[in-house]
Amino acid sequence: MRVEVVGGGPAGLYLAILLRRADPSVQVRVAERNAPDATFGWGVVFSEETLGSLRDADPETHLEITDTFARWDRVDIRYRDRELRSRGHSFSAIARKRLLEILQRRALALGVELDFGVEVVDLPEADLVVGADGANSLVRRLGEFGTRVEPEGSKYVWFGTDHVFDAFTFVFKETEHGLYNVHAYPYDEHMSTFIVECPLDTWLGAGHQDMSEEDNLAYCERLFAHDLRGRELFSNRSIWLDFPKVTNRVWHDGRVVLLGDAAHTAHFSIGSGTKLAMEDSIALANALERRGWDVDAALVDYELERGPAVERTQEAASDSAAYFRRVASYTHLEPLQFAFNLLTRSGRITHASLGIRDPQFTRALDGWFGDSEISPPPAFSAFEVRAVRFPNRFGLVASGLVAVSADGRVSPETPTIEEWARPEGQVLLQLGHAGRRGACRPPSAGRDLPLPDGWPLVAPTRKAYGPFGATPGEPDEDAIRDSFLAGAGRAGDVDVDVLELDMAHGGLLGSYLSPLTNEEDDRLRFPLSVLEAVRAVWDGPLAVRLSVTDWHPRGNSVDQGIELARAMKEHGADLIHVEAGQTVHDDRPEYRRGFLTGLSDRVRNQARVPTLVGGYLTTVDEVNTIVGAGRADLCLLDLPPVSIERPLEPSNTVLLAEVPR
Amino acid sequence: MNVGIGLPTMTPGTTGALLLDWARRADGGPFSSVAVLDRVAYDSLEPFASLAAAAGVTSRVRLATMIAIGPIRPTGLLAKQAASVNALSGGRLTLGLAVGARTEDYEAAGVESRGRGRKLVEQLAYLRGDVDVDRVGPSRDGIELLVGGLSGQAFSRMARYADGYAHGGGPPRAFASAAARARAAWSDLGRPGSPRLWGQGYFCFGDLERGNAYLRDYYAFTGPFVERIVAENLTSARAVKDFVRGYEEAGCDELVLFPTVADEAELDRLAEALS
Repeated sequence: MRVEVVGGGPAGLYLAILLRRADPSVQVRVAERNAPDATFGWGVVFSEETLGSLRDADPETHLEITDTFARWDRVDIRYRDRELRSRGHSFSAIARKRLLEILQRRALALGVELDFGVEVVDLPEADLVVGADGANSLVRRLGEFGTRVEPEGSKYVWFGTDHVFDAFTFVFKETEHGLYNVHAYPYDEHMSTFIVECPLDTWLGAGHQDMSEEDNLAYCERLFAHDLRGRELFSNRSIWLDFPKVTNRVWHDGRVVLLGDAAHTAHFSIGSGTKLAMEDSIALANALERRGWDVDAALVDYELERGPAVERTQEAASDSAAYFRRVASYTHLEPLQFAFNLLTRSGRITHASLGIRDPQFTRALDGWFGDSEISPPPAFSAFEVRAVRFPNRFGLVASGLVAVSADGRVSPETPTIEEWARPEGQVLLQLGHAGRRGACRPPSAGRDLPLPDGWPLVAPTRKAYGPFGATPGEPDEDAIRDSFLAGAGRAGDVDVDVLELDMAHGGLLGSYLSPLTNEEDDRLRFPLSVLEAVRAVWDGPLAVRLSVTDWHPRGNSVDQGIELARAMKEHGADLIHVEAGQTVHDDRPEYRRGFLTGLSDRVRNQARVPTLVGGYLTTVDEVNTIVGAGRADLCLLDLPPVSIERPLEPSNTVLLAEVPR
Repeated sequence: MNVGIGLPTMTPGTTGALLLDWARRADGGPFSSVAVLDRVAYDSLEPFASLAAAAGVTSRVRLATMIAIGPIRPTGLLAKQAASVNALSGGRLTLGLAVGARTEDYEAAGVESRGRGRKLVEQLAYLRGDVDVDRVGPSRDGIELLVGGLSGQAFSRMARYADGYAHGGGPPRAFASAAARARAAWSDLGRPGSPRLWGQGYFCFGDLERGNAYLRDYYAFTGPFVERIVAENLTSARAVKDFVRGYEEAGCDELVLFPTVADEAELDRLAEALS
């Protein structure tokens, strides 16, 4: 068995070590382009979990690695005029150079051939060729892997500094060109990694494109002089970069396999690159050993084992990258909420899990929400709109569609506003007109199944909504506006708490807003006229239910949806009920737990309007996290039925007095 | 959770006698359904013909397609076939539909594979709606309709037109993730209650070499992924019990276990493992 590893980074070296450990008869050569002591980047981060895997895989290197570690359990967030501290985040880091020294020495001791200064141009002859040659992998170009490389996140530059931070530190710094942020962490007793990041427009505005490497360094040093405590920044070919997100449809092609960054990258802002790479090495070595060095079977095992884990990390990394790209939209948040939003950005930390790591932080957050030292979590905090007080964030009872008129019903079961009976509790009345989605069988049978003898439909388009649907006619806009006005009057009579105008999911008003279903230039014209008319007669909280994206290539994008939300706010909406899709029946929805949360976050923080969101939220923890992080103000829960008890057989309930003595 | 068993319609060597005996025994056993798969370009038995045969010798179990490739059949004919099986079985049909994974089935059926998603949507709207009900009998009322697939569009079709979701197989974790998406879509489309969730797996107690050879042949088109399917073949009572428990915890309503070897001893041993 002969293995050729291309690339002498952590992934390649660690694989070589593990293979020789598993079977000393296996020949392993590592070919590295650079000299043994050349290295790029400063420190690398590991989590406790990764360290456990490293200990199990090779105790010798684990011992050496952990010996020189910098460890911390705090994340410090410097924002506006203060620093917020969160504990319980166990991480370690090591100088990349030191890590490579340890791995090189161990590899040599185990009999791995190490060739430095070797540029590989053709695939070497071997039983197995490993492409561990990084994000710009050459090996990858010599095979068929279905590779995609696309830039992700903002501009960033990777420095070292001799200021030793005592925690993982995020710095957010406002400048006249926009917001910069820093990711800094110590990696030994003398040095820290210091990554500066900013969005493209900030970068261009500051003129970084015209600065030399030295000028850039000096600029960043000046900008962060206070955070660096006057210490220096060091460059190691430190130039501004775009982070390349690498994905491959398959990770092996015949006897060639990709490892680490060559196979997949994860945005640096979650610090998982080296971790993923070394976990790849462990999985590949284990698979080869388990399969008795049957390369084909082992490569399948390796890819199947690592694929799902890597995909999850890449998703979290992309969420994190996207967060930092739009972080300037969060600078209206108060420091505690800003910090909680940052900590929960990739969905891996929730209010409940942070409460276990760092109960002080969640207590402070809860206290800030509840305005008292001991408060229940955010879901149970009060919220006020136009003098209507909601005692918590999830208790609003949504009416379901109530039609402004009989011909605006979805099905014969849809109540009209005259028929509708107000339920108990705080009620959100969802007033709307089904438009071309009307005259259908009730939702218990399915959706958009036309009645054989339905009523005439109206919409701004002459196209039917779905298969076998009726062609809608021209709406009588004045009559429809009047029916909304009459509905608003009735809402006042029965004393609803929130009145909502339905402009989502392809109903009549929603159809006006989308280029898929309305050809007129001013698509907001009629919906805004209804909103303004209702606003004029309704003093209470007024919500607009909006599909903030059509989930369709020719429909409204999220950015356009945010503009719609902004327009609704400017014309009197107090609250946007965030929905997505269903404008047309062949949209491309993205369903998962909490699938509307990210959209609500963007609407609330970019259009700066309070939001109400559902999207299959099933736990109070989700509400705590969403409201706590400022992603929405009110939530609609989909509580599944809970069944944890059942009746016992009668024979099991014997009274003690009846037990024979 | 109910457990059903697959009929040996895809495995080599199935005779009419074996198929009928298998169905009869399943009807007497602990199983709640018998189910079939669908391929055209493969040496296998047609799903509606097989379920019609099974209908004649069973009285209790549901008869399910997990799934049938809808768009390879003209819509009216699909409705006719499904309604016929439903009528012949006294209303026991569960019709799972999807676009299928292989374009070669479309070629073999002489049907254009482009636009198959749109065609499936039309079929679902037709089957569920009132179109042609006077012309094309028997009645389609009461056919339980499932939709399979993993795209966002598959989930929205399911939630819009069907009674539930037919998952394509995999470990319980994969099922749980698809189930969450199915429930999210159901809620998004404003359907009351929750979707019926059907899962599936493979088993082989006896001749493992034969069973795995069948899976490697049947799933050859998935490339390296076939080894994962082979690795998930349930080969012991313990493995079956763990799998059943995993699916139950993930919220599955009906789990169908498909044979990889056409041998009645396989059915007996599965029944034993479930007892």
